Amino acid sequence: MDSLLFLIPIALLLGGLALAAFLWSLKSGQFDDMEGEANRILFNDDEPQQTRGNNKDREET
Amino acid sequence: MANCQHCGLDVPEDSVAGEGFCCQGCQAAYEIVNGLGLESYYRRRCLDPDEQALKPENDNLSRDFSAYVKNEDDGVSVLNLMVGGLHCAACVWLIENVLTQMPGVTFARLNMTTRRLVVKWRRTETDAEQVTNRVAALGYRLAPFDPALLQVESARHERQLLISLAVSGFAAGNVMLLSISVWSGEGGDMGPMTRSFFHWLSALFALPVTAYAGRHFFTSALSVLRHGRTNMDVPISLALILTSGMSLFETMKGAEQVYFDSVLTLLFFLLIGRYLDQRARGRARNVAERLLALGASAVTILGDDGTKTLVPSQNVRPGMMVLAAAGDKIAVDGVIVSGTSEIDRSLISGETLPVPVGIGDKVEAGAHNLSAALQINVVAAGEDTLLASIVRTMEDAEQTKSRYVALADRIAKLYAPAVHSLALIAFTGWMLAGMPWQESLLIASAVLIITCPCALALAVPVVQVVASGRLFSSGILLKTGSALERLASANKVVFDKTGTLTLGRPELVDEGGFSPDDVNFRLAASMAVSSRHPLSQALVRAAPETPVAEGVVEIPGRGLSLQMPEGEVRLGRREWCGVEEASPVTGPELWLARPLKPPVRFSFRDTLREDAEQVVLALKTKDLDPELLSGDRGPAVESVAEKLGIDTWKAEALPVDKTDRLEELNGQGVRPLMVGDGLNDAPALVAAWVSMSPSSAADISQNAADIVFQGNRLNAVVETIDVAKRAESLVRQNIGLSLLYNSVTIPLAMAGYVTPLVAAIAMSTSSLAVIVNALRLTRRKHREYA
Repeated sequence: MDSLLFLIPIALLLGGLALAAFLWSLKSGQFDDMEGEANRILFNDDEPQQTRGNNKDREET
Repeated sequence: MANCQHCGLDVPEDSVAGEGFCCQGCQAAYEIVNGLGLESYYRRRCLDPDEQALKPENDNLSRDFSAYVKNEDDGVSVLNLMVGGLHCAACVWLIENVLTQMPGVTFARLNMTTRRLVVKWRRTETDAEQVTNRVAALGYRLAPFDPALLQVESARHERQLLISLAVSGFAAGNVMLLSISVWSGEGGDMGPMTRSFFHWLSALFALPVTAYAGRHFFTSALSVLRHGRTNMDVPISLALILTSGMSLFETMKGAEQVYFDSVLTLLFFLLIGRYLDQRARGRARNVAERLLALGASAVTILGDDGTKTLVPSQNVRPGMMVLAAAGDKIAVDGVIVSGTSEIDRSLISGETLPVPVGIGDKVEAGAHNLSAALQINVVAAGEDTLLASIVRTMEDAEQTKSRYVALADRIAKLYAPAVHSLALIAFTGWMLAGMPWQESLLIASAVLIITCPCALALAVPVVQVVASGRLFSSGILLKTGSALERLASANKVVFDKTGTLTLGRPELVDEGGFSPDDVNFRLAASMAVSSRHPLSQALVRAAPETPVAEGVVEIPGRGLSLQMPEGEVRLGRREWCGVEEASPVTGPELWLARPLKPPVRFSFRDTLREDAEQVVLALKTKDLDPELLSGDRGPAVESVAEKLGIDTWKAEALPVDKTDRLEELNGQGVRPLMVGDGLNDAPALVAAWVSMSPSSAADISQNAADIVFQGNRLNAVVETIDVAKRAESLVRQNIGLSLLYNSVTIPLAMAGYVTPLVAAIAMSTSSLAVIVNALRLTRRKHREYA
């Protein structure tokens, strides 16, 4: 049963990390536009001159 | 016939623009795109036939968005815009790139889901006009909006639900993991100390998460209880609280069984339903808002010094001078101070004939200015404006609608007391049988858990979500939650005529008086090309390949004039063309007067929507008796009714007549679906059992309607009714399923056989069964009637 002492914290930590990652992605606006972003990556490959806003700007979109 | 390289429409043979373009606007747009090295746009895009074509408007009206620009401290300005005319992701790419390549623009991002564009630029280098003109020149339509005003509350709520969903999912997963260890250790491998440790660990998760994620249900339950009513959230909240409390008590005692995992899975499932429901409705509302924002032209205010500013219509105050350009919707009630024109009041009264107006005449908000610019002095806003009186009628009618109680709440009303008394019976029963009170209470809370209306609470929203998603994909927006339920039980359809059964725009009627080769007809059409008047445009639509006549002069409110070698040729109103004939005016008409020749008449009629006849037929076969209520004049209404086979009709109906008729129907126990678009229909839309409105309708009607449909097909009405009926039967099946499940599990729970393991399995399977059943609505292919 000693293994429980570190297995349980590890399990919780991993779960907690996933939750934190989700909350972060939600907060940074990654769920605001479910259609556009999927296509954006396909269009931008040959457009080096495109200037991008930083993350702070993105939140407001 | 070739397609235009920019907008994809057919290129007319006599196009004045370069080869491969339908107009100069498209050519200019093509040059902008090419000049920036973005021509791959044309390869990548796929044009959406339902979306408006990318044809830049050729009017040189520059719109002033400066009232909406936010100036930030660091010399950067921000503008929020709604974009209309997006066809696919390539359009998003094009707009963002065109903007970011402009000097001074620092940021441009377009959200494809909400169609909202944020642009930032440095004030020293460019301004709002240049930025917006650039996008407008490509053929997209722009409407400013204030992000602070738009449904921030519901967006925030949606996000809160998603966070709660994530948190409860996380907790449910982990607690279930612990529970499975406990269940599998039942055989004796696990000592009481370890078990107790696991229970405490579960409690550590379950209690705060239930308090946090469960608050959506607690607050809703509290607020209805305060009003002396009950809804589904009451039994849900009770089960959540009682079971958590009971489990905590058991944990303290070091007992064998706790229900923390059941509480959390229950919460997780319920939040899924709640979130999906919120999202589906939020999406429909977003689109409805965008349509309204793009449709509502902001008001151009004329300052004392002659400056023009564009302001949102709610900022207009009495006494201001408003400019309404030809083709604009008039946004205010007022008196004309300069200009003569014709206005189309069809949205207000349903009448299709344009009315001539001049200085001193009153105009109402919602009318369409047809032929020339007008300056309007805004009259005192307030109780005597037409809009205010319509809003008043709507408020009166509103009370009928709020009486409707959703099916789920009706069930909750019966369900909650039944469940709670069963739990009480179990408790007292076991007590009398000599069991200690703690164990009796445990059995009672097992009854509550197992009967907690998880499946029941999912039964309605899941079907709603699936149904509204399906309608959404065909351009039908469900605005109110109970609209589908009400629609399924509607047994009569009341139509408005102008703009609903008809397209609301005139088309040339062939009365046999002319042929396409007719000299008069060709002459009239060639003159009409240079006018934006709807009748002229209808004439041009009837003769699309007509060359433009040079030197046509438009006299506002009268018509067109052209100097020819033989003398002056006039095309316009009958008085102006010198017609003294006593034949009555039966509909919109244009006269062509040539020197020394008898004048020729062209009549127009508001044509029916293509599928109107089939829709009426389909409704009849469904035993939904159609009826026609119009504000237009008798003969026009009668001919439409006859053509479509509608037996009951009424013409020249005022807004009040329409609501009276609907009240009368309501009084007879009939549940009418009202389909209408005009300002005059708005009160009737509210008074009806359930209402639909096309997206071309007046703002106020779109706001009033439960359902808004896009596009030219009236079939949306039939489709929505079909989906509503299917959804209704699925809801009933789902409720049946969950009641069946309850009838099996309640006796088990009362007998004390329900362990946490049984509860977890039973609850999950019943919820999944309900969800899977609801998903059948998406699979089933829609039966097209035509």
